[in-house]
Amino acid sequence: MSPLEVGDQVSIVVDGETVLANPGELLIDACERTGTYIPRFCHHTRMRPVGMCRMCIVDVDTGRGAALQPSCMLACTPGMVVETESDRTRKAQDGVLEFLLINHPLDCPVCDKGGECPLQDQTMAFGPGESRFVEEKRHFEKPIKVNDNVNLDRERCILCDRCTRFADEVAGDKLIHFMARGSQTQINTFPDLPFSSYFSGNTVQVCPVGALTALPYRFKARPWDLEEVESTSTLDSVGSRISVQSSRDRVLRFQGVDADAVNWGWLSDKERFVFEAYDHEDRMATPLLKGDALGNRTPDGSELVAAPWNEALDVAAEALRAAPADRIAVVGGARLTNEAQYAWAKLAKGVLGTDHVDSQLGDGLPADLLLALPRATIDEACTPGGTIVLLGPDPKEELGALYLRLRHAVVHDGATLIELTQCRTGLTEDATHSLRVQPGEAAEVVSAMFGGAPSAGSSGRSVGDVTAAGELLAAATGPVTVLLGRSSLAEAAGPVVDAALALHDHLPDARFLSLLRRGNVHGAMDMGLAPGLLPGRATLADADRFVDVWPGVPDVVGRDTLATLEAASNGEVDVLVLLGADLLADVPDGDLARRALNGAGTVIAIDLFATETVASADVVLPAAGPTEVDGTFTNLEGRVSQVTRKVTSPGTSRPDWMIAVDLADRLGVDLGFMSAADIWAELTAVSAVHAGFSTEAIAADSTEGVVVTGGLALVRPEPTAIPARQPSALRLIATRSMYDTGVMVAHSPSLAGLAPGARAALEPTEMRRHGVADGEVVDLVGPKGTVQVPVVADAGVAAGTVHLLVNQPGVDVVAMLDAGAPVTDVKLVRR
Amino acid sequence: MGSSYVTHAAGYVDNGGPKLVTSRFGYEDSHTLARFEATGGYVGLKAAMAKRPAEVHSQVREATLLGRGGAGFPAGVKWGFCPEGVWPRYLVVNGDESEPGTYKDRLLMERDPHQLIEGCLIACYALGLSQCFLYVRGEMALAQERIATALNEAYAAGYVGREILDSDFSVDIVLHWGAGAYIVGEETALIESLEGNRGMPRLKPPYFPAAIGLYGKPTIVNNVETLANLPWILEHGAAAYRRYGSESSPGTRMFAVSGHVNRPGVYEVEQGVTTFRDLFYGEEFCQGIRGGHELKMFIPGGGSAPWFFEEHLDVALEAADVGAAGSMLGSGAIIVMDDSTDAVKACHRLVRFFARESCGKCSPCREGTGWEEKILQRILDGHGRPSDIDLLLDVGDNISPGPYPVAAHATEGLDAVPFPPRQTTICPLGPSSVAPIVSTIRRFRHEFEAKITRGDTIPVSAAPVTAGGN
Amino acid sequence: MTFFDTDNERLAHEVIDRYPRARSAAIPLLHLAQEQEGWVTPAAMVQIAELIGSTPAEVLGTASFYEMFKFHPVGRYVVNVCTNISCQLLGGEELLEHAETSLGVRAGGTSDDGLFTLEDVECVAACTEAPCFTVNYRYFHRATTGSFDEVVADIRAGRSPMQRGDAGDDGDLPEHGTLGRVRQHISDDRRAGVEAPENVTGAPLWLAADRNGEG
Repeated sequence: MSPLEVGDQVSIVVDGETVLANPGELLIDACERTGTYIPRFCHHTRMRPVGMCRMCIVDVDTGRGAALQPSCMLACTPGMVVETESDRTRKAQDGVLEFLLINHPLDCPVCDKGGECPLQDQTMAFGPGESRFVEEKRHFEKPIKVNDNVNLDRERCILCDRCTRFADEVAGDKLIHFMARGSQTQINTFPDLPFSSYFSGNTVQVCPVGALTALPYRFKARPWDLEEVESTSTLDSVGSRISVQSSRDRVLRFQGVDADAVNWGWLSDKERFVFEAYDHEDRMATPLLKGDALGNRTPDGSELVAAPWNEALDVAAEALRAAPADRIAVVGGARLTNEAQYAWAKLAKGVLGTDHVDSQLGDGLPADLLLALPRATIDEACTPGGTIVLLGPDPKEELGALYLRLRHAVVHDGATLIELTQCRTGLTEDATHSLRVQPGEAAEVVSAMFGGAPSAGSSGRSVGDVTAAGELLAAATGPVTVLLGRSSLAEAAGPVVDAALALHDHLPDARFLSLLRRGNVHGAMDMGLAPGLLPGRATLADADRFVDVWPGVPDVVGRDTLATLEAASNGEVDVLVLLGADLLADVPDGDLARRALNGAGTVIAIDLFATETVASADVVLPAAGPTEVDGTFTNLEGRVSQVTRKVTSPGTSRPDWMIAVDLADRLGVDLGFMSAADIWAELTAVSAVHAGFSTEAIAADSTEGVVVTGGLALVRPEPTAIPARQPSALRLIATRSMYDTGVMVAHSPSLAGLAPGARAALEPTEMRRHGVADGEVVDLVGPKGTVQVPVVADAGVAAGTVHLLVNQPGVDVVAMLDAGAPVTDVKLVRR
Repeated sequence: MGSSYVTHAAGYVDNGGPKLVTSRFGYEDSHTLARFEATGGYVGLKAAMAKRPAEVHSQVREATLLGRGGAGFPAGVKWGFCPEGVWPRYLVVNGDESEPGTYKDRLLMERDPHQLIEGCLIACYALGLSQCFLYVRGEMALAQERIATALNEAYAAGYVGREILDSDFSVDIVLHWGAGAYIVGEETALIESLEGNRGMPRLKPPYFPAAIGLYGKPTIVNNVETLANLPWILEHGAAAYRRYGSESSPGTRMFAVSGHVNRPGVYEVEQGVTTFRDLFYGEEFCQGIRGGHELKMFIPGGGSAPWFFEEHLDVALEAADVGAAGSMLGSGAIIVMDDSTDAVKACHRLVRFFARESCGKCSPCREGTGWEEKILQRILDGHGRPSDIDLLLDVGDNISPGPYPVAAHATEGLDAVPFPPRQTTICPLGPSSVAPIVSTIRRFRHEFEAKITRGDTIPVSAAPVTAGGN
Repeated sequence: MTFFDTDNERLAHEVIDRYPRARSAAIPLLHLAQEQEGWVTPAAMVQIAELIGSTPAEVLGTASFYEMFKFHPVGRYVVNVCTNISCQLLGGEELLEHAETSLGVRAGGTSDDGLFTLEDVECVAACTEAPCFTVNYRYFHRATTGSFDEVVADIRAGRSPMQRGDAGDDGDLPEHGTLGRVRQHISDDRRAGVEAPENVTGAPLWLAADRNGEG
């Protein structure tokens, strides 16, 4: 928020004291901010005021005499005189609370909200001591499920409209609503149409009573049993601020915390309920080594058996010692904290001397490009009246909390959205222009937008739209932000890079916001887990910064993940370290991943769960999860915030950075860290961009975090040539959905069943052309494999393309992809 | 001049007085375009279109045409609240008449729909309202048919739609059906309903319709009868209009008198010059209380109005006088109750109405009206407690704090507390439920006490804090 | 999802086109749905939501606010007896009791032969003609137990009872759902034209041509 001059503020009198309100500030907020709490239920700072509950009425005189008015609906005006404790106000408060309680059931002993309940708290503080109601209360069946994870008890509901306002204004999922009238009013869904929203968990958090409750938390604890720490969600790269709450050393709940610059207190349900995965009994608790069925460790064993740490570390260290630097590769690391990433960068590049290090899995964008483009923050992207260009995946599916911010900007703050996407997104309805782009064609479309020759394009969008979009961009007066990411795993990074550079060339003042989704991938890039990079957004050429701190620095730029996997499959990799990398699920070429795992000498997997990838490793080391480690996280803005340990990690699993220290130790090198704080201290010594941010500085502003700025010089790669599509083939679009068979979702019981399932979406004329019926199961034959999947008609899909979701039960899409091809063509074969 | 019941305009009684809005009610085909044109129809529109729009507005303001929907706000003043330079503007006609005790708008819509259409056109012309929505109560099937037919006729004849009477004045009038909810008669609830939503009132401020109305645009909401007066005013002029009625309330109003009178009916009455006594006992009006009974109490202006008694018979039928006497004229719904009426039962009936019609948006009304109804029902059922009477008053005080409007009573030494009541609610429906309670308890407390049989009390932990007491 | 038959779907679009925002057509379309089926079905609400760009939950939320919309099958003739104050004073409650006996249902119920649904309603707007009842929203003024029975007998015998209403309304008594036997139609050549509010930037033609600074 910008600093105010005294002259901007509004002087009012509250309970006899003069108070300065900010311009346009609501009376209820001004009072709370300056120490006078006015009770309320329907008011929520992140939603439109409605003045319905009447709890906040106070005596206000704006010059025409004092009157009881709702303070949540009044903007402060100069000279306003407010009495929040007049007799009249107190009686009205007594009255409103008595009214709210007359139909409210005496559920406190069995209600999850008890102990953190605004109705309880405000009745104690502002309400009458007893109720005079002796009549029959109104009754509803209790509770009912509004979706798989949220229960609704309509008797408890005080009809404050928060949940419906959230569903409507914030999430855009208008699936719950007031029904009936008067004292029979209730919240409900349409029959057989549940509240299927990715954000339903937020309604539980905003509900001021126990009407909406979350099943993952139901009956698990009382608030006074819980300990909590503020931390950062590490599930996706938004870095939403969360409160981690535990009891008896088990995490029981995540709640959203309002970080003004980031998530505004909202969480996607996936971020909210994924704590179940961290707490799952399948978490690996001991190291594993190859062995036999009896549990003996034997190097050529076919099973993975439990092993003590020293033995497992010895085996891993021996393999690392024996391998030449050039035949060691480290893949993954986006799940790690910044500190753990730094420790592994130091081990891999500084100690082992290999630059074959890449945190991305061939499903992202080159780190050096992202670090070279001018960056925007979320606030900048969401500037009221600004312009946003989406050249990436559907934020609603991949980055839920960011989607809510973007949606707010577009729907409520007059931001203009232009989509250059391969399929419809959650924002398409609100976009000014939604251009359907054929896979591989984004750069051409950008060129056409700015007057380049229109392509012979077959994407079905009119030239008119393209030109109009270009004119709009060229004429934009406010900030222009490009949201940049990989929309489809069936398209290589190259075409996206070309399009991004084309936008950068045509709009030199535009800034970019990365949409790379995986956890702390931006921290990984900042910590040097990318070929050619060193911690601090430095390149190998900046070796002199590390001279007294690291044993050495590689002098040749190494391979990225796809090249590493190719080398591994050719037997050129002796040791392949997987840092939380699920190759078989995430590399957009399942065949390549499998051959790499088979072809690599020793595979060392460091992870939370025994995925199929982990099961094919030779050494498995169990890592601690994000609720079990201290450290920091860097989000897609480059914003650093704290990750805070709250519970003990299962078994003997340990933080990733400690594993790096232990391995280095066996290699005869003292990495020099005894704690995460030590690592951060060393980072600030070697990194120019992190130099100003001590641990204390970050802790001081822990909710908002600090944005690290600075980047690399832009180096342009060669453009990628796109082959023409054969008329008989369909160009494949493969995107992620919020819920899939990913390891974290699969291990969160509340989320595991929510994957939508595989289907191939085709445009209706395309369906007719192929002669397939809606729902018919067909074969899609890709370059490396075939999938069987039902077909659905979707007018939002461009002609000539077919749209598949990846990682859905029973259908292995990545296995049919070829990471070496810029785009993927498939043939549809009727069975 | 004699007075007569007009059989085909069920309920309307021609009392021989001036007819500014019911002039055609005597004809069986009064609703047809043919009759309308033959009896001076659309002359007012032509007179308006011969003037500049601003002049039409001035004329209406000068006439001091008070709103006929219940609030009684001068139409010409309301018209002036539209902000400069904000377009488009809309006209929404409030035909959602649901006030217990009257159906004047229903009669106007059934019997003289073209007059209403003409009034709409005049308003749209004067203020640049580019579309008009005629919101008719859903349960009034015949009214809807008559209006639909009239609109079809008017469109075909060139009075409505594009380039009216070959000018550049164009406006569409859309007939819109309600679906049954009393609260939708409140102007912001009406707008919400017209937007396709639940009919729940908006907060004022900031949602005064003239500033932020339908689709967030400036909207004039006028009652059917208000608009029905416009043709006459434009045809004859403001000065002529002001010759009827009183200084502060010129013109006539339609009053419905129901209940225990000999001739209940809907009458067009000159304001201010007629008193309740004239109305109830006059030969040309209701001809006295039925069957030898005596007047016990009467409601002067709809369900929300504090009740009047015998001592108020000489109050004139005029908003200012009735207001000063502690009640309201509202929409002209007068209900007369004689000495056979159980006051507690009558009170309960009205409170139950408000409880059933509460929209549910704000806590005091949603919960409070239901509570009031349950207490009264319990009293009627014979399970009342002595504390219930003060409890009722306190519940009412929490809906409408402070001294509630009451009629003056010379012998009790009461001064009138003028309308309107304060509200902790969003709209006046909740406070309306308090009117019958305060009126009957104040006057007929003994009837309540007689019904109370139990001896135990519900503890009242805090004494009601009210100025002046109830 | 298709609920409306061909004619009604065409009519639905005609109705939607009269409003600057499609959502405003919610209630008229709900009435149309009720006219087609006799009550408002889930399928109707799903299609209405699609037609007006809303969600079924919102449409149900709107519909369930209003008395006239029925969410389960009702009789072909919905009999509403008013018991509000003016009618209560002149025997409305007694009339309701008689109606219950005469029709063999409690208020709120539907007769077994599917002919009548009886409801106890608030003011129907005929207060001076109390007590009053309506059948499918057609008025029957100054009712007595006798006149009530005559109306019921007419309906059972397939005769129109409308003349007994004394309400200046005649013809056939429509079945439940049909509101107006006449619909408004605006022909294309007479239509002034509907604009979305955000597309209107200035005063309408006749006012703009005559601005003298007055609002």
